[in-house]
Amino acid sequence: MSGESRSLSSKLLLLLVMGSMPVALYMAFIYAPEEASMGPVQRIFYFHVSSAWIAFLAYFVIFVGSLGYLIKRSPKMDSLAHGAGEVGFMFCSLVLITGPLWAKPVWGLWWPWDARITSTFALWLLYASYLSVRHFFEESGRSATLGAVVGIIGFIDVPIVYFSIRWWRTHHPAPVILGGEGSGLDPQMYTALWVTLGAFLALFSFLLWQVFTLRSVEREIFSIRRRMVILASK
Amino acid sequence: MLGKIAAVFLKDLRLEWRSRETLVTVCLFSIVIIFIFNFGFDPTREESLRLLPGLLWVAFAFSGVWGCNRSFATEKENGCLEAIMLAPMDPGIIYLGKVLANLLFILVAEMVVLFLAVIWYNLPFKSINGWLLLVVFLGTFGYVAVGTLFAAIAVNTRMREVMLPILHFPVAVPVFIAAMESTAGALRAQPVAEYVDWIRLLFSFSIIFTTASYLLFRYVMEE
Repeated sequence: MSGESRSLSSKLLLLLVMGSMPVALYMAFIYAPEEASMGPVQRIFYFHVSSAWIAFLAYFVIFVGSLGYLIKRSPKMDSLAHGAGEVGFMFCSLVLITGPLWAKPVWGLWWPWDARITSTFALWLLYASYLSVRHFFEESGRSATLGAVVGIIGFIDVPIVYFSIRWWRTHHPAPVILGGEGSGLDPQMYTALWVTLGAFLALFSFLLWQVFTLRSVEREIFSIRRRMVILASK
Repeated sequence: MLGKIAAVFLKDLRLEWRSRETLVTVCLFSIVIIFIFNFGFDPTREESLRLLPGLLWVAFAFSGVWGCNRSFATEKENGCLEAIMLAPMDPGIIYLGKVLANLLFILVAEMVVLFLAVIWYNLPFKSINGWLLLVVFLGTFGYVAVGTLFAAIAVNTRMREVMLPILHFPVAVPVFIAAMESTAGALRAQPVAEYVDWIRLLFSFSIIFTTASYLLFRYVMEE
């Protein structure tokens, strides 16, 4: 892809983010009704849940990129997986930061080890191990292949981790939890959630695109530099 | 194919028989971990039944990770890994042979530790029953299936000793949960129906990840 069309897509995505973010903020803070028992702190829910879904989605993107790289050996697929790893890790961290902020005032605990927190934490660790492989093999040039292997194993593991932690929690008495946010959401809250999710998806795509472009440019610079070294040595 | 797997397996066995390093260190490492933990608990018999499953699997996890690491670290010396890759066969076969060898070494060490744990925590010897052995076998299998693949990755870094647990433990979370839960059930001689789901999970995990690792191993070995 040429540099111009790259920056055009980047600008379009940026516009989308800048347009949808204020709407999401409006929906979450003004449009959505206040939750009866939890009060204003519940409004973090819209950002928390959106980030969580995107964190899971991003690991799927790692999987697609990794599989694509192993089959086609296309550096683009590798950039996609690596980018999704970095951006997904950020969203997963956001979930783990917004979670305790919400849990403390509502449940009185920063970190109740319930099924969802525990499995999100496990996902975060899977991201961390994926990114550490990417980092440690950067110099040896094997980061793409080994990262792809770890990314695929990690992705297969995500649903198994998720369900094993759920089973584990149902074997143990769970900490006292108010209803759970899935139970009977107000329709307006649903609308606000979908809008926030849309805005976060736009943000995710924008950031992914930025990282993706950055990697492509890095690769181009690398090959130009190599060509110059060859020319200079002649 | 079975003959080739056996060749890799027997090679590792012969190597281990000459030094006995992996077996002894995995065993001692587990014992040291249990010994250290003991100072934190000073448990009664009922408490030790509650703590032992977690304690055992923490010990198995840390010593097992070392065992997996070792199986590739020895190959790295004198360029043995490159030599073994020259063999005209599917790299996945090397993986399967190594899994079997690691499984055997770690299982033998675990049996010793299990025996000692029963003595140290004053449990009846009949608490080591057939179900417990099945759980330990399947748990270790699942653990080693991923551990061997990741050891082949980690061996290429300078910090392989710490790299492997960082890679491996998050993926092995289902193994730990299922193994700890079913070990607790088996140690208390509860009816199998109460923890059979965990045994199924261990079984599925082992099959899924042995297959996936077998298929992915060739990408790890290419230079």
